Amino acid sequence: MGQTVFEPWNDPDEKPLIQFKNVTKRFGDFTAIDNQTFDIYEKEFFALLGPSGCGKTTMMRMLAGFEAPTEGTILLGGQDIAPIPPNKRAVNMMFQSYALFPHLSVWDNIAFGLKRDRMSKDAIAARVEEMLTLTRLTQFARRKPHQISGGQRQRVALARSLAKAPKLLLLDEPMGALDAKLRQATQFELMDIQEKTGTTFVIVTHDQEEAMTVASRVAVMDEGRIVQADTPARIYENPSTTYVADFIGDVTIITGRASPAGEGYEVHYAEAAAPIYSAFDIDLAEGETCHLALRPEKVSITAERPADRRNAVQGTIIDIAYLGNLSTYHVEIEGGQMVKAQAANTRRLSRRDFTWEDTVWLSWTDTAAVLLRE
Amino acid sequence: MRRLTWFNATSLTLGFAFLYLPMLILIVYSFNESKLVTVWAGFSTKWYGTLVQNEAFLDAAVVTLKVAVTSSTIATVLGTMAALVLVRAGRFPGRTLFSGMIYAPLVMPEVITGLSLLLLFIGIGLDRGILTIILAHTTFSMAFVAVVVSSRLMSFDRSLEEAALDLGCSAFDAFRLVTLPIIAPAVISGWLLAFTLSLDDLVIASFTAGPSATTLPIKIWSSIRLGVSPEINALSTIMIGIVAVGVITASLVTKRASLRQQAEERAAAQQV
Ligand SMILES: Nc1ncnc2c1ncn2[C@@H]1O[C@H](COP(=O)(O)OP(=O)(O)O)[C@@H](O)[C@H]1O
Ligand SMILES: [Mg+2]
Repeated sequence: MGQTVFEPWNDPDEKPLIQFKNVTKRFGDFTAIDNQTFDIYEKEFFALLGPSGCGKTTMMRMLAGFEAPTEGTILLGGQDIAPIPPNKRAVNMMFQSYALFPHLSVWDNIAFGLKRDRMSKDAIAARVEEMLTLTRLTQFARRKPHQISGGQRQRVALARSLAKAPKLLLLDEPMGALDAKLRQATQFELMDIQEKTGTTFVIVTHDQEEAMTVASRVAVMDEGRIVQADTPARIYENPSTTYVADFIGDVTIITGRASPAGEGYEVHYAEAAAPIYSAFDIDLAEGETCHLALRPEKVSITAERPADRRNAVQGTIIDIAYLGNLSTYHVEIEGGQMVKAQAANTRRLSRRDFTWEDTVWLSWTDTAAVLLRE
Repeated sequence: MRRLTWFNATSLTLGFAFLYLPMLILIVYSFNESKLVTVWAGFSTKWYGTLVQNEAFLDAAVVTLKVAVTSSTIATVLGTMAALVLVRAGRFPGRTLFSGMIYAPLVMPEVITGLSLLLLFIGIGLDRGILTIILAHTTFSMAFVAVVVSSRLMSFDRSLEEAALDLGCSAFDAFRLVTLPIIAPAVISGWLLAFTLSLDDLVIASFTAGPSATTLPIKIWSSIRLGVSPEINALSTIMIGIVAVGVITASLVTKRASLRQQAEERAAAQQV
């Protein structure tokens, strides 16, 4: 492919737009952000993913200037931003609660930031119209925030933060209240805006699919720490811990003891069962406890034992989750371990090959299972 | 609608009689032909006529209005500022003391407030007159404004101000363009409260008024000591009228605003 890949974090010459250096944020005794050091590069679409209360909003608020780090520094374009007040930062934030001005119309809400910049009246009007069209709010321009629906309010908040075309845009769960279609359209719109304006986005989301679609890198957070920050593909294929593997997508975790074998390791997970082999690049000692993370779509389900695969186990179908295009089979293998296997529903439901209580073979390639230390 | 029971009807009548009978009598007697207040001698509006020609009363009325408007305006500004500090400022040394002290004038006996102000004015050599009344009224009514405004600020969503800052407002602009318009109803009712408190204050005004300026309540009080005159009844009736019109207008405006908002929210909910 002639196209260059956008991976500034791998380029040592690239200067990061944002640098967190040993940033800790405490509220009283509670540590919301725990000694974090990481970089975000210009034109990135950096997604923060994590359970509620893990510190995503706090991270955003420090960038916007509403919270100061208890320890450490945050640099924006190489400059310490601690002394710069929120209104002087080239950063706009979309609030999780929207924070729309209730006394102003939709139009005036969007124009609010533009008016502060002393733009000409015509320029403001043009920009507001552009934002209204973008977020499909033109017909609600004269309404007050309490006269529109939740999804429309969210779009107003989005339009208001986009209007100033800032260098850095912080979006705190920007699409939670939108229906699937509009959400997708908005996601593409955001990517389009980024292409046009070169804005850097930091986006908080609960929706991993959204993170996978829009993000250049995804940071998975847990209790004030970024566990892993990497491209969506690497987060999915090479999670660094079982927490990350479990957080993104569906996964089976099998815990056992490792013993080196050939290029990889054999993992003994149950007394009587044959070990599972994984050719995964990791350093483990003989007998060390480790975890196998196995994505359901990488597990084949067959009636007969496949001849060509080293990893094949027999089990009983306990449960089937029908997802339309796919079905996920929950299969109990030796030792009571449950393994999920996914298969495309190429035939009609009534002619399905396997059903409850069937004995089946599960198999996967040597490289399918990811070996993890924790 | 539930029908009124016999018991409810009686308590309602008694309650309202208790509240409004004295005022009703006063209003009726203000239209009395006779100079004797307690003897009914037929309907007349002549006391309203003489009232308009009574310069002492008119002067007092002007002073009262000036004092009420000025003091309630200053009290609103100061009270709102105090409320902002009370609600917004985090912990600072003496915060509890400060917030306790702002409420003290609410419970302080007026005689004591009046006396201490009097001593202060004498101490600093300020001649008693309209200025001292204004200062005194500002002092006690700003506490009321602070209470009204701070209770509104407690439920105010801080992220609105943060959003304003985020969009490039200075702290002052954020207050002027976002906070103030939103808390305006509380500020206005604070002002109205301060205004009425100032209008009908007798005790503190008596301590701080001088020979150069007398307020209406003082005037009424002192002339009653010489005997109740139908003129006073007429004056009081006018005041009742003004207050009633004000209160009814305010409640109608509020009610209509809230009805309109409800209707709009219903409409919005329907077309989601
Ligand atoms: N102003 C604050 N005072 C005290 N605790 C706070 C404050 N803001 C956030 N926290 C705490 O910090 C943690 C992280 O919060 P937040 O960043 O909002 O989480 P998230 O956005 O990931 O759901 C939460 O446990 C929250 O209770
Ligand atoms: Mg949050």
